[in-house]
Amino acid sequence: MVELTIDGVKVRAHKGTSVLEAAREMGIVIPTLCYYPGLSSFGECRVCLVEVVNGKRSTLEASCTLPVEEGQVILTNSPKAKKARKVVVELLLASCPTSKTLQCMASNMGINKIRFKIKDRGCILCGRCVRYCKEQMQSGGIGFVGRGTSRRVSTAFGVTPEECRNCGGCQWICPVCERACTADSLVNGLCGACQNLAPVETCQICVGCSESVGPGGHTVY
Amino acid sequence: MKRLKSPVELERLRSRLARKRDRHRTTVVTSVGTCGLARGAGEVARAIQAELVRQNLGESVDFRATGCHGFCEIEPVVVIYPERIVYQHVTPADVPEIISESVGERRVVQRLLYRDPSTGDEVVHEEDIPFYSKQYRLLTDDIRLIDPHQIDDYIAIGGYSALVKVLFEMQPEEVLEEIRQAGLRGRGGAGFATVRKWEACRRAPSHNSMKYIICNADEGDPGAYMDRSLLEGNPHSVIEGMVIGAHTMDAHEGYVYVRNEYPLAVTNLGIALEQAREYGLLGQNILGSGFDFDVKISRGGGAFICGESTALMASLEGRIGEPRPKHIHTALKGLYGRPTNLNNVETWANVPVIINRGAKWYSKIGTKGSKGTKIFSLVGKIKNTGLVEVPMGITLKEMVYEIGGGLVDGKPLKAIQTGGPSGGCIPASLVDLPVDFDKLAEVGSMMGSGGMIVMDESTCSVDLARYFTKFLTEESCGKCVPCREGLDRMLDILTDISEGRGTEEDIDLLEELGGVIKDAALCGLGGTAPNPVLSTIRHFRDEYLAHVVDKRCPAGVCKELITFTIDERKCTGCLICARECPQNAITGQKKKVHVIDQEKCIKCRLCYDLCQFDAVVIS
Repeated sequence: MVELTIDGVKVRAHKGTSVLEAAREMGIVIPTLCYYPGLSSFGECRVCLVEVVNGKRSTLEASCTLPVEEGQVILTNSPKAKKARKVVVELLLASCPTSKTLQCMASNMGINKIRFKIKDRGCILCGRCVRYCKEQMQSGGIGFVGRGTSRRVSTAFGVTPEECRNCGGCQWICPVCERACTADSLVNGLCGACQNLAPVETCQICVGCSESVGPGGHTVY
Repeated sequence: MKRLKSPVELERLRSRLARKRDRHRTTVVTSVGTCGLARGAGEVARAIQAELVRQNLGESVDFRATGCHGFCEIEPVVVIYPERIVYQHVTPADVPEIISESVGERRVVQRLLYRDPSTGDEVVHEEDIPFYSKQYRLLTDDIRLIDPHQIDDYIAIGGYSALVKVLFEMQPEEVLEEIRQAGLRGRGGAGFATVRKWEACRRAPSHNSMKYIICNADEGDPGAYMDRSLLEGNPHSVIEGMVIGAHTMDAHEGYVYVRNEYPLAVTNLGIALEQAREYGLLGQNILGSGFDFDVKISRGGGAFICGESTALMASLEGRIGEPRPKHIHTALKGLYGRPTNLNNVETWANVPVIINRGAKWYSKIGTKGSKGTKIFSLVGKIKNTGLVEVPMGITLKEMVYEIGGGLVDGKPLKAIQTGGPSGGCIPASLVDLPVDFDKLAEVGSMMGSGGMIVMDESTCSVDLARYFTKFLTEESCGKCVPCREGLDRMLDILTDISEGRGTEEDIDLLEELGGVIKDAALCGLGGTAPNPVLSTIRHFRDEYLAHVVDKRCPAGVCKELITFTIDERKCTGCLICARECPQNAITGQKKKVHVIDQEKCIKCRLCYDLCQFDAVVIS
């Protein structure tokens, strides 16, 4: 067991657990996308960023891949972490505006404008499907192809491989295609079907989290 | 070659080789590194060998083909020893004259001498060339004394003596102490204390005591080629450093991860490894010490990201070259999950020097926090381009004006980009800044692997930031969102600004986005990628404002914001621009003022460059 401080509270956690798991155990809300219980942590989406304080310096780390350490000081909802998360979600929405998961996340964070050029890639490359296929289905039929902005999820050479058993797991676990946003038109890259365009208010439900949300309150992930 | 079984045998070989290398014997040296070869040094080398035979000098005169001497501007270069007379821009046609005059008659061939561009004086001897005389060539000086295909050359000048010291006279702890005292910091870019990496790897528990040593030769910054030059010119110094490191950390397998785009470095390193193995300086029971260590070459496919330690190891294992979070350091869990030590080429080459000369001597070079020398590739709008090795703490001014000889055409300095695409832009006002790891970081740049691009007024800051951001967008692995999407959007915004669609909010957005990418990215590539943008905004905000408010590019680079016109008073009607214009956009008759048709003009700049009367004006 190691002892660390999360948001000012001293907690004990098993060695080997991640900061995200330790924080969730305490009931602290940290949004996640590429993290999925039962799959290995990947650290791709950077939505679960937390601030790690080290004396006078502090860094942002993805809490899903950050192992707990003795004496660690973590801030899960500091302005620095929240600002970075917001920009990350904004970037994600700009590359995949039809995802309902993302739209909900944006509304929870009080994002009411996307300042970046919208380039709908239809996928956020979180890699949940790739890891599910490999780790849970023991198949490895799909993987990442290409580099940088041309990176995509694909089968080898675009041919359905023998390993694929058509289990549908990749589709089931996808945070984008499973819950596509049904709104017809997007305003500024935001769907507008829910509370996105309503004035930003402070969440009254979770005391102390001071997360900016719409009138619908806070979605707990 | 006979296998050497003890340090005594090595010393015996060394003294035999040293006796053969008479310092007063006439030797013709030519540098055949990649830069030299590109300018025809291969033909020159062949011509010299043929000419020596033809003039019956084969017995009395030695010939040596070495790696790059550093002064790429004057390649192909021929140096006559023992006087060290330098001839520049030599062609095969010049060779007979050089051999008969300089070697046969010991006269200097005036017309091939180097001329100092600032004074116009001829310089005869290599050491008098200002480009060399201001340097401190701790690692690179040996390159001119060594044929990289001959291990004997390296042994003759004292090579592998540091290894003997480490294997037979020092305890691993003493080696660590020496590296600590020397204050060696990683030359790959971040400047992490080498001894801390070594200690962590030495202490790391390992199943079957499997540990790995890696040399990172995946140098990919545009315009930087220090590591290539070291591997090509003096591969044994790197190998010796690696064996010393391996013995200290108790590792028995090593890899050199080198770009496949460096074919000559791969070849020279391969030959060097083979020869070291034959002498028993690598492999089983090195020099009879009972210590085993061997090095394999792994060729990289050219992805920039594979210079990052965890991505490099993934690539070495045959997986996709992508970084992973480094919460568990590679010193504990690196290649194949085993403790691994990775250092840059230049760091490894520093190790034998420290062991030989001692930490006390070494730590006198440099500044408080940065010890030793650093090799830079000095390129851009500068008179003397090439590889320069300088002590840490030298000012940018000394580098640009004394070693580099100032800017081309005497134009004023605008800025210096250090550290390649991950580094930052340093404005001319900070030219007195001492170059070391910490000082560069303070002004928003970094040492990086050592690229140094000098720019004059004709470089646009926005265009520069856009160039590097484009490079990084293409080279990002695409794993984490801030780097993949963030850099792409950053490039969009910069393109908008350079094409006249930018607003003032865009500059703030760039700063905000840049800050987040820096904080949120997974690896070092993303963590430093916004540096060119952030540092140009920090130091050249006026120029950004000129682009977004006045829709004007002060440097005259951004095509959408400039027009080319002909000054009626200056145009002599020579027809040159009209003839050469690829779009036939220029009309005019002989001795009459020409006119550019703005509809047809594609702003290729050809007329501007061609006009001898400065009649083409960019506005």
